[in-house]
This record gives sequence, C-alpha cells and structure tokens, in this order.
Amino acid sequence: MSDARERMPQREAMAALHAARRAEDVIVTSMGAARIWMALGAGPLDLPLVPSSMGTAPSIGLGLALAQPGRRVIVVNGDGAMLMNLGSLVTITAAAPANLTLILVDNGVYEVTGAQPTPGAAAGRSDGASVDFEVVARACGFRSVHHFSNAASWTQNIERVLNEAGPTFVLLDVISVPGTPGPRSPGPAAARAIELRRRLASGTD
Amino acid sequence: MFSGTEITALFTSMGITHVVSVADSTIGAWHPAIEQSADLRLVRVCREGEAWAVAAGLYFGGATPLVLIQCTGLFESGDSLRNVLHDWKLPIFAVIGYRSYLNQDTLPGDTCLVFTEPLLDAWRIDYRLITAPTQLDEIRTHYLACRDAGKPGAALIAEGKA
Repeated sequence: MSDARERMPQREAMAALHAARRAEDVIVTSMGAARIWMALGAGPLDLPLVPSSMGTAPSIGLGLALAQPGRRVIVVNGDGAMLMNLGSLVTITAAAPANLTLILVDNGVYEVTGAQPTPGAAAGRSDGASVDFEVVARACGFRSVHHFSNAASWTQNIERVLNEAGPTFVLLDVISVPGTPGPRSPGPAAARAIELRRRLASGTD
Repeated sequence: MFSGTEITALFTSMGITHVVSVADSTIGAWHPAIEQSADLRLVRVCREGEAWAVAAGLYFGGATPLVLIQCTGLFESGDSLRNVLHDWKLPIFAVIGYRSYLNQDTLPGDTCLVFTEPLLDAWRIDYRLITAPTQLDEIRTHYLACRDAGKPGAALIAEGKA
C-alpha cells in the first residue's frame, strides 16, 4: 500500500468527535490527541492521559469500558503509540466490550518528537509500503471497522459509527504537523485520578 | 503451593472484581477457577505492561482490579507500572509469581532470583514473600494494609518451575 492517501487535519477530526460526544461518554486521549482535546475543551469524565506511558491508552480504555459497561468509552490514539501496544488490539477483542471505540489517528510519524517516520509508515520502511491498520484491526478480531480520509466523510458518519455495538475500530488518516508540541499536564495526576474515579463510581457526570 | 479454588476464594474475600493476568505454569493453573467464579472477571492480556494499564482503567472506572503475573512480566512492565503506580498513584495490588524460587531444576542459575526483589524495591512496591502454603492469609492481610494506606503492594509467590 502506498502512502499517497488523502488526509484530514487532525484538529478537524477531533472537533467532529467533540461535537458528537455525549456528556456521559468517557473520552481517553494521549499525546497529540490529548493536546488537541484539551484545547477543544475536555469534559469532567474525560481522561487526557498526561503524563502517560506511551501506548497504554487503548488498555486504559479497555479497563474503563469493562468497569463502566453503561457508558461509551472512546479512545483516541496515535499510530506511533498503537505500534507500541499492538497486542492491545487482540486483548480488546478478547474481552469484547460493546461500549468501546478505539479511534486511531494515523499521521505516519512521531509528531511531537520531530515527525520522525514510524516503522509502520511508508517512509520508515525498506519496502516503502505502509502498514494497513484497517487490515490489522480486522485480523485482530474487530468486526466493526471504519476508515476515513477526509473530515466531511468522518463528520457525516460519526454518529452512526459511535452508536455501533463495539468494540469498534476507526482509522482516521490525518495530516502531520511538524513542530507540534507535546501535551502539557492539566494538573496533578493523582488528584485527577481520584476525582475521575469518584465521578464514575458515583455516576455523577 | 495454592489451588485455584484457594486463590479464587482469597481474591473474592479481598473484594477483587477483576483479575488482569498473563499466565505462567503456576498462575495459569488458577485461571479456570478464577474464570468460573461469579464474583471475579478474568481479563487476559497479551503482555504484562498492558496488565497495569487495563487495571488502571478498571480502577478509574470504580472497579477493584488485581494484576496477576510472573516476575518475568514484572521485568517487562517497567514504564507502564511507573506511570500507573507512581505518576497516577493508583493503589493497584499485584500477585507475582517468583520463578525458580523453590527449585531451579528447570533453569539452574535462573536470574529471576537475582533481580526480582531488587526490582520490587527499586519500584518502591511494598511486597510480602510467600513461600509456604500456611501463608495464604498473609496475602489478604497485606492487601488490606496496602488498601487502607492507599498505596500499591504485591505478594510474591514462590514458584517451583519455569
């Protein structure tokens, strides 16, 4: 697969999600997605995973989805982070939470460290063929798989996609923006952890 | 050292809701009993670094998870464990199999014996070494002490084979 595909601005992709999310949803974001999400306005049940262990956002989302089966849990993860924890795709489909959606924003690079190509991107591979995450997701057991390359199509279909019985995998081709800074922590992690658990355990949105 | 039935009863008495695990020869033998329990959910993960993150999500969501892995998986867990236990300060408890502690017939000179306890100390995890069947209740006692203190902890279970 070549890497000449159409791509959308990541901020537009995230803005569409921001508009479509329900107040009671839990949105987990990491790395560049967390920075954009916080700029758009994170809700009280959201988890911008800052600080993070790179790659763990889908696993944390899985735990949240299992603990909160009555809520939609939506994880936004980058392709570099996804490659660090590819096994989580198998773990998720093994547990099969119907309320979990994993959105992979694929820009082909480690953006916040200077836009070096990932080993999954065409530019980072000796054969010049990028890894097809849509195929990977299906092979790992996802039955609900979607792929969007432009913001109009994503925006048009997002409600339907988020309402599907999961686990759902969504691949979004996004434009890399070299020089983009990493996310800053919105506050002490331990205090945010206590507050999020309190809100979710009590059902207080 | 312990049967799956004993471990399942122990975890249930501790109020555990989810057991996040990668199997080894000892731990894997406990999985069927855990899976059959009406009070516990077994969550199989592909690598141990995932286990801490899944447990973190469960904890955020109001559940009471436990990580059940071998010490080799503790070695693998580094950055995930650091983030969950020390950045987010989540009081996740782990039961960790201590490979080759009881005999080294399979792996003479197993370096698990060299690195496991120093690594737990390095990660500042308060652990209890369990080497005899009579110590089963010490796991619960230590868990409750860690829970009440709001800190992570571990029980290190001596194993006899790889």
